[in-house]
Amino acid sequence: MSRTLVVVGNGMVGHRLVEAVRAEDTAGAWRVVVLAEEPRPAYDRVGLSSYVGTWDADTLTLAGSSYPDDDLVELRLGDAVVALDPDRKVVTTASGFEQDYDALVLATGSYPFVPPVPGHDLPGCFVYRTIDDLDAIKAAADHAREVTGRAAGAVIGGGLLGLEAAKALRDMGMSPHVIEMAPRLMPIQVDDGGGSLLKRLVEGLDVTVHAGTSTSEIGADRGRLLAKLGNGTELDLDLIVFSAGIRPRDELARTAGLDVGERGGVLVDDKCQTSDPSIYAIGEVAAVDGTCYGLVAPGYTMAEIVAAQLAAGNGDATFPGADMSTKLKLLGVDVASFGDAHATTEGSLEVVVNDAVAGTYKKLVVSDDTRTLLGGVLVGDASEYNTLRPLVGRELPGDPAAILSPAGESGIGGIGIEALPDEAQICSCNNVTKGRIKHAIGEEGCDTVPKLKACTSAGTGCGSCVTMLPKLLKSCGVEVSKSLCEHFSQSRAELFEIVAATRITTFSELIDRYGKGAGCAICKPAVASILASIAPVIGADKHILDGEQATLQDTNDRFLANMQRNGTYSVVPRVPGGEITPDKLIVLGEVAKDFGLYTKITGGQRIDLFGATVDQLPHIWKRLVDAGFESGHAYGKALRTVKSCVGSTWCRYGVQDSVGMAVELELRYRGLRSPHKLKSAVSGCARECAEARSKDFGIIATEKGWNLYVCGNGGMTPRHADLLASDVDSETLIRLIDRFLMFYIRTADRLQRTAPWLEELAGGLDHLREVIVDDKLGICDDLEAAMAKHVENYADEWQGVLADPDKLARFTSFVNAPGMPDPTISFREERQQKVPVLLGIPEVK
Amino acid sequence: MTAVMDAGATVWTEICAVSRIPIACGVGALLPDGEQVAIFRTTDEEILAIGNIDPISGAAVLSRGIVGDADGVPCVASPIYKERFDLRSGACLDDPDMSVPTYPVRVEAGVIYVGSA
Repeated sequence: MSRTLVVVGNGMVGHRLVEAVRAEDTAGAWRVVVLAEEPRPAYDRVGLSSYVGTWDADTLTLAGSSYPDDDLVELRLGDAVVALDPDRKVVTTASGFEQDYDALVLATGSYPFVPPVPGHDLPGCFVYRTIDDLDAIKAAADHAREVTGRAAGAVIGGGLLGLEAAKALRDMGMSPHVIEMAPRLMPIQVDDGGGSLLKRLVEGLDVTVHAGTSTSEIGADRGRLLAKLGNGTELDLDLIVFSAGIRPRDELARTAGLDVGERGGVLVDDKCQTSDPSIYAIGEVAAVDGTCYGLVAPGYTMAEIVAAQLAAGNGDATFPGADMSTKLKLLGVDVASFGDAHATTEGSLEVVVNDAVAGTYKKLVVSDDTRTLLGGVLVGDASEYNTLRPLVGRELPGDPAAILSPAGESGIGGIGIEALPDEAQICSCNNVTKGRIKHAIGEEGCDTVPKLKACTSAGTGCGSCVTMLPKLLKSCGVEVSKSLCEHFSQSRAELFEIVAATRITTFSELIDRYGKGAGCAICKPAVASILASIAPVIGADKHILDGEQATLQDTNDRFLANMQRNGTYSVVPRVPGGEITPDKLIVLGEVAKDFGLYTKITGGQRIDLFGATVDQLPHIWKRLVDAGFESGHAYGKALRTVKSCVGSTWCRYGVQDSVGMAVELELRYRGLRSPHKLKSAVSGCARECAEARSKDFGIIATEKGWNLYVCGNGGMTPRHADLLASDVDSETLIRLIDRFLMFYIRTADRLQRTAPWLEELAGGLDHLREVIVDDKLGICDDLEAAMAKHVENYADEWQGVLADPDKLARFTSFVNAPGMPDPTISFREERQQKVPVLLGIPEVK
Repeated sequence: MTAVMDAGATVWTEICAVSRIPIACGVGALLPDGEQVAIFRTTDEEILAIGNIDPISGAAVLSRGIVGDADGVPCVASPIYKERFDLRSGACLDDPDMSVPTYPVRVEAGVIYVGSA
C-alpha cells in the first residue's frame, strides 16, 4: 500500500523534489500529489526575462514538469492550497478539494515585496515573478503604445531581480528607469567600486539609474502614472514594476501553527523538517535554522535532502549551508560576486583593479597574510569567476595583484584547472564537483563534453562552466580525437583551414599531402563539401560533378537526388519560401503523372516526387528545368528550405512580409554547401506559425524588424534556437546570417548540425555573439565577402548536368545495357499511388 | 551486350572501356543470366567486380557507393546504410555474416570483361 506525499507548489524547487523522489523511489512506495497555484507546470523562473521576445511559455517549461507517463504523480494546476490541518493531515485547495497526506512538503516559494508607497496599488503597477506578471506588463506596454504611441516604464529596486526586470522592459522596447534605495546597484552582491562601474555600463544600455533615493509617491495622472522620488525627481510613466525583494510565502504554515522564523519563512532544521515531523519545507519558503535562501541552487539541495529521507530512507544528509556566490549577465553586463565579497572577515584585505577604459572592475578579498582567497567581486568581465570561486578558502597560487592584472599572462588563465581541489564545485547550478567529473571521465567512460553533460549534469544549468569541461578532459589525459577518419588525422575544421590556406582544389592532392591511403566514405564527402564551400572564395568554382569531384560525392549528391530504400530516387525541386504558382504546381503534377511518381508534401513546404530510377532522372529534370524549376538540394548537405508563414500580406496578425523574406533568404543561400544540412524558417509574427525556432536559423518578425534565432534543431534531439539579435532591419539581418553561416561552415565538425556545434563551441552563445555581432575576432568582413562570392557564383546544378553529355551519360543503371531498367525494382499500389515492393534479402553465395 | 564462351565454360561479358569508369568509381552492368554486377576501378588502377545487390537492403546499388580503402583493403561503402564491402573478397567489413559474390575480371585492349559461370 503506497503512502501519499503531497507537494504544495510546483516551482523549480518543488519540481526538483518530485523528480528526485521519483528517481529514488524505485519501489513505488510513494504516490505524489502536486498542488500548484499557477496554471502551468514548473518553468524556469530564473530565465523569466527570456520569455520577452518569444512570448512562448513553452520555451521556459522545465523538462518533464508535466510528469507524462508517470502514474504515480498527480499534478493539479491552478488550484492553490488554502488550508493545512496538521492534526487530520489534510490540505484543502481554493476549489474545495481535500487531499490527505502521509508526508507534506511546502515548496510555496516567495512573493514579491511591494513597499507601502502611496499609490503602489494603482493600475499600471506590477510585480515581476511569474509568466502571468510578464503578460500583464506586456499588455500594459502595448496599451500605452496604442494610446500615446510610446511606453515608459520604471523598476523599483536595483538588485539582481530589479535589473532582470529592467532587461525585460528593455526587451519590450522601453528605456526603463531603475530606482534603488541603496547608493549603488546590486548592493548585496557588489561593492561601491563595482556598483559605480555597473551603473555606468547599464546606463550605456539606455537604462536610467536613480540610486540612493526612494519612491515617495505614485499618483495617477491623466491615464498615466507620476512617480515622485525622494530626491525631487518626477517621472511620467505608463507602468511601474516593483522588484524590491521577496518574502517567503509562509501563510499556510503560520495559520496551521507551525513554527516560523523570526524574519519569516517556515522554520526547519538542517534536514528541512518543520516543527511537525510529517511536514517539510524547501526552497525560498524554508528558513533553515532561521535563514531563508533566495537562490535556486540551495533550494535544489534542500529538495535532494528531503527526497533522500522520504524515498531512499536516508536521513543522513543535512543542509550544508549555501554558497551565495553569483555570476550573472545582467543586461549583457557580467557581474559576479563570491565568498566574502564585502570583506567582513576580520583583518581581510582588498586588492582592486579598476580599469575604467576597459570597463572592468575586479576585486579579490584575501586573508591578512594575503595568501588565502576569501572572496571577490567582478564587474564587466567575469570570465575568471569559474577558476576563482572554487579557490575560496584556499591558498592563492600567486600574488593577488598579479592575478588580477589584465596584462598578467601569469594571471588567472595560468592558475589552470589543475590547481583546483577535487571537492571544488565546477557546476554550481547542479552542485557537481571536479572530483565527480574526474570520476565520470576515468570510471564511466565519458570522453566528450556532451557525454559529461549527460552523465553528470554539469553545464546543463546556466552553462557558464561548459568551457571548463574540455579542460578537465584534457587534464585527465583524454585527448578528444578530432581526426576525421583513418585517412586524415585532422578535424574537418582543420582541413577547411588547410584548403583555404593552400588553395588545394582536389581530393587527390589533399590526401597526398595531408593524409594517407585512398580515402573512404567519411572523408571523401567531407572534403567534397569543403571544396564546394570554399571554391567560390579561391576562384575554383565548378560543378560538384566535375572530374574527380564526382567520385567523392555520396550517391545523393552524385545523382542530385535522394536515394530511397529500394535504390530509386526522389526528386525535390526548389519552391522558395513555399510559395508556388498554380502553373508550376500543375507542372509538378503532370511530371509526376507522366513518370509515375509517388507524390508527397514535405515538412519544408515543397513537393517530393518518389520512385524515379537513375535513368529517369535527367528526363524528369529536363521537364522541370524547362518549366523554370531548379534543384532544391534536398540531396545535399546544403541549404534545404526556408519555410514561411503567410505573413503581413494576408494574415491579420502578421507584422512583416515573412514570405518575401523567406524567398529572399532561400535564393541567397541556395546551393550553399555546409557540414550538415541547413534549415530555416521565417515567421511573420510572434505566433511563430513557421516554427522558426526549431531551425538552424530562424527569423521571427517584430513590429520593429526581425528577431534572429540560431542553432535550433528538430529531429532526434530537439533544441529551441537562441536569440542572437533582436529588432534588426532586413539588411542587418542578412548580414548577420551571412556571418553566422560562414562561421559555422568554417568551424563545425563533419555532419555536425548547428545545435551541437553551439553546444560544443567554447564560450557558447556569448562567444558566438561576440564573433558574429561584435566582430571581436575581426573576421566578419571576410565572412561576408565569402558569402558574397557564393551568391555571385551560384548556378543550378541540374541545369549544369543537362548541358553536359559526359555527366548525363552517368545516369544509367547498366553501362553495358543503357536504357535497360533495373529489373529488381518493382512497385505496388497503395492509396491510389505506387509504393516500392519491399526487397527480400537475396541468398548469400 | 556481348558474351563470349571460353574453354572453362566461363562466360565473359563485355562491360565497357576502362576509361569509361573514373578512378575510384564504379559502374553497374548486367550479365547474360540477369545477374547484376558492380565493376570498380580503384585508386591503384585495379579493376574489380562484385555483386551489385547490397545484401543488407536488398537494393541493387553497390556500384553507386563511394570507393576507398580500409587499412589498405580496397572497398566500397553501400549507399544505403554505409556498410563496407571488400572489393577483392566480397566480405562485408562491418558485418561478418554478410558478403557479396565476386567475379573474375579480364582487361583486353582497354576493354573490361567480367566472367560468370
